[in-house]
Amino acid sequence: MRPSAVNLAEVPEEVRDLSAEDWLRLYRQMATIRAFEEQVNELYTTRRMPGLAHLYIGQEAVAVGVCAALRADDFITSTHRGHGHCLAKGARVDRMFCELLGKAEGYCRGKGGSMHIADPDSGNLGANAIVGGSAGIATGAALSAKMRASDQVAVCFFGEGALGQGLLYEVMNMASLWKLPVVYVCENNLYNEYTHYRETTAGDVLARPQAFGIPGEEVDGQDVRAVLAAARRAVARARRGEGPTFLLCNTYRYFGHHVGDVDRSYYRGKDEEEAWKTHRDPLRILRGWMTAAGLAAPEAFDAADRAAREEVAQGVAYALQAPYPDPSEVTQHVYA
Amino acid sequence: MSTPSTAVRGLAREAVREITLAQAVREALAEEMRRDPRVFVLGEDVAEAGTPFKVLAGLVQEFGPQRVLDTPISEAGFVGIAVGAAMTGLRPVVDVMFGDFLTLAMDQIVNQAAKVHYMSGGKLKVPLVVRTTLGATRRSAAQHSQSLHAWFSHVPGLKVALPSTPYDAKGLLKTAIRDDNPVVFFEDKMMYQVKGPVPEEEYTIPFGVADVKRPGRHVTVVATSSMVYVALEAAQILEAEGIEAEVVDPRTTVPLDVETLVTSARKTGRVVVVDEGHRRYGVTAELAAVIAEEAFYDLEAPVRRVGALDVPVPFSPVLEDQTVPTPEQVAAVARELCGRSERDWR
Repeated sequence: MRPSAVNLAEVPEEVRDLSAEDWLRLYRQMATIRAFEEQVNELYTTRRMPGLAHLYIGQEAVAVGVCAALRADDFITSTHRGHGHCLAKGARVDRMFCELLGKAEGYCRGKGGSMHIADPDSGNLGANAIVGGSAGIATGAALSAKMRASDQVAVCFFGEGALGQGLLYEVMNMASLWKLPVVYVCENNLYNEYTHYRETTAGDVLARPQAFGIPGEEVDGQDVRAVLAAARRAVARARRGEGPTFLLCNTYRYFGHHVGDVDRSYYRGKDEEEAWKTHRDPLRILRGWMTAAGLAAPEAFDAADRAAREEVAQGVAYALQAPYPDPSEVTQHVYA
Repeated sequence: MSTPSTAVRGLAREAVREITLAQAVREALAEEMRRDPRVFVLGEDVAEAGTPFKVLAGLVQEFGPQRVLDTPISEAGFVGIAVGAAMTGLRPVVDVMFGDFLTLAMDQIVNQAAKVHYMSGGKLKVPLVVRTTLGATRRSAAQHSQSLHAWFSHVPGLKVALPSTPYDAKGLLKTAIRDDNPVVFFEDKMMYQVKGPVPEEEYTIPFGVADVKRPGRHVTVVATSSMVYVALEAAQILEAEGIEAEVVDPRTTVPLDVETLVTSARKTGRVVVVDEGHRRYGVTAELAAVIAEEAFYDLEAPVRRVGALDVPVPFSPVLEDQTVPTPEQVAAVARELCGRSERDWR
């Protein structure tokens, strides 16, 4: 947890083919997610966004690293903390903001909102506001891919809070029995809402997939290199028809459970938050490694940050002036 | 149980063979699986066992274990997997052995399947059929006897079918499989061996079209699933007393054929609604309210309801038999509506 802990050792074997431009592109994706979420928080605090949102800041390397291992036609399912997954899989910033603001051009025509963004065009089968609720959908998409012999892979993102849901174990059992091409990505950000996961989670987390014969791997979720390497291993295994993999990505959310969770002192300290931001920040880790290794100059990252902020500013400006759906749409799409 | 002769209306009677409701369900599945390679079946003991009711016997032999998947005993899990498969290009038909076990899959049906199309602004579809059972009197007690179709009828995004005859079961199931929405399809487990005419030729029955199982002019009995037979027996009792009962089967509660129900109510002026779900907040309440709202000024009397007793289904036959509607109960209510007491007819 010290700056020197940043891994300057050689890059994992699975990701040695990436060029400096490739890594910069991943940095830019993380920067976009961060700028997007900062803007979401701003929309909330200035009362311009209906409802709440669950910010992904701090966890960017997980979504970006995993989605970088996927093809455009691969599937993901996401969570209530899903903006990062959606953007990393290919969603546009402006249409994301439209959805968050309940506008007609949103990905769900304003019917889903922050917790339900779905974009089949980018393989996103939907964020899900039921903790663990998408485990069946992701596993079913994998069954579908196998039955259709489509060579697609499905990734199920979920937080460590979903480890308490029985559905996850039911579908992991079937995924292993049927060798389904699915990757279970558990993002352990340490807190089930307002409770430390150690108070809710017995035993060794990786013993759970192991019990189903599913290979599990603990991953530094703050290091996009490690996430991408692990995701590539898991995705390749799935595509080879060898079945599911479980990735336990250790990470941290900088903000509260949702944007309104401001006073967090009763469940975690400021010193803990500061330690993660200072020593374990996924953007800093990638930037630190690339500059130290001479892969990019500091200005390249500043430019990426600026470009991300600019894209977000344009996107939110567009969404703020975009029209709401016609009220008559309320009864549309109940049935196909 | 008698078979309603009206089920064969419009068909050349002599050419129509008779098969059981279980066979009708199996035929519908087999025909749709032959027609569409995206259709597959999954659930507990669906393959070699063909389900405990033997409804699916023979399917795995024709279509193989890749399209007739035996699952673990994991209702939430395999319904959830079916939702995901439906969202990505397949058309799964899930078998949930007892309707009581739907409770284990409620999140997947209610929060996922029913909502996906709407929440995604119409982009994603869930062409899923959940086949399950309802009905008491099998001496199976409280956790294997419930009729829970009212719950699913309450949830926007779901369609609900409950056939009463082999003919309806086959035609409605084929429609359910071709529908792009999640359909919960309830079969009364006590009706699987009921025989009825089913033509060899291809046919489907559209959702939202009620069927008049018996015409009459004095009182309307709206009845669902196996309660259609209870209503038809009640109609026979009433016939002997000079009361002509019309028996109307909605066949699907969602979508509901309001027009046929209301037309019959206006014609007879008297309505009894019979359903095997609990009476309290049940399907009978909704149907009675719809009829009262639309036909109030044509009614001679308040719409009456006959449903299952509001108790968990007990085991002992002496107790269980009191919980389900009987032809005598339905006849008594209809008689009252017609302004006659039983004594008038003795």
